Amino acid sequence: MTPETLARLQAARASGAPVALLTRLSDGAQRLFPEDEVLGALADVAREAMEADRAGPATVEGESWFVQPHNPPLRLVIIGAVHVAQHLAPLGAAMGFAVTVVDPRRAFATGERFPGVSLVHEWPDEALDTLRPDARTAIVTLTHDPKLDDPALETALRSPCFYIGALGSKRTHAKRVDRLRAAGLTEEDIARIAAPVGLDIGAVTAPEIALSVIAQVVARRRGR
Amino acid sequence: MSEDILGTAENWLRAGERVALATVVETWGSSPRPAGSMLAVTDSGRLEGSVSGGCIEGAVAEVAREVMREGTPRLLDFGISDEQAWEVGLACGGKLKVFVERLG
Repeated sequence: MTPETLARLQAARASGAPVALLTRLSDGAQRLFPEDEVLGALADVAREAMEADRAGPATVEGESWFVQPHNPPLRLVIIGAVHVAQHLAPLGAAMGFAVTVVDPRRAFATGERFPGVSLVHEWPDEALDTLRPDARTAIVTLTHDPKLDDPALETALRSPCFYIGALGSKRTHAKRVDRLRAAGLTEEDIARIAAPVGLDIGAVTAPEIALSVIAQVVARRRGR
Repeated sequence: MSEDILGTAENWLRAGERVALATVVETWGSSPRPAGSMLAVTDSGRLEGSVSGGCIEGAVAEVAREVMREGTPRLLDFGISDEQAWEVGLACGGKLKVFVERLG
């Protein structure tokens, strides 16, 4: 990889622009898609690889290429700067997620409690309107407080995000479902919420709950 | 926090190291790491990332040193029963192709 290609690839990754690095296997010549002009058939392969977020080989007009998409990181938005969030944020980062913690309560959402994590001190629904969750976003509500969790869930359910989880027992969730129904959300919408949140590993402590949540997010992401 | 092999490799380059990048191009069977997995190697022996479960990293690192000296990229086959293939086998019985290029 030439210094120029590396610099352009790294600049694209830093800007969050989705790109694909195309490498001709016979001689190592490289193109950065979509910045560089490439054959139509190769462009199609690049687009598909970016869409599927999957690298792989391709043969185009008798030449072997390797197509490697570099999509911006998946996002994990955590509502509630609570104890579990302190453990979920670094686990999310380790799984490759860009993590944002949302909590208007400044006493909770501090840099000391969340070193290196992007903090938003707005109300969750406003924050989510700004963050615009997409199909590469997971949202987890952890506050236990309907005033914070419910608006977040209502906003999350109107987005195409791939995962929505809500902390709370079965009883808490049953009450939450009643409120969401009353707010006009359909059964289909409500069924998108993973609750009680996380894989059932018998989690008790905050780090264990965080582990069960991130495991469920990864499972959903991988189609399980 | 998250793995950023390219970022690490770029830092090594800036620090004046010679660096090669190995990338899994294609896999068959039970290869542990999917296409796109990367391993960065320096001539001083630093390693970051992986292209297998640890079975072939040593062999790849050896080729990587040649590649960073010569500048010519190589496409390596592992686990394929072919006289051209590398002798190193994979315990899992998987097969894979690894592209090795000089970085920078």
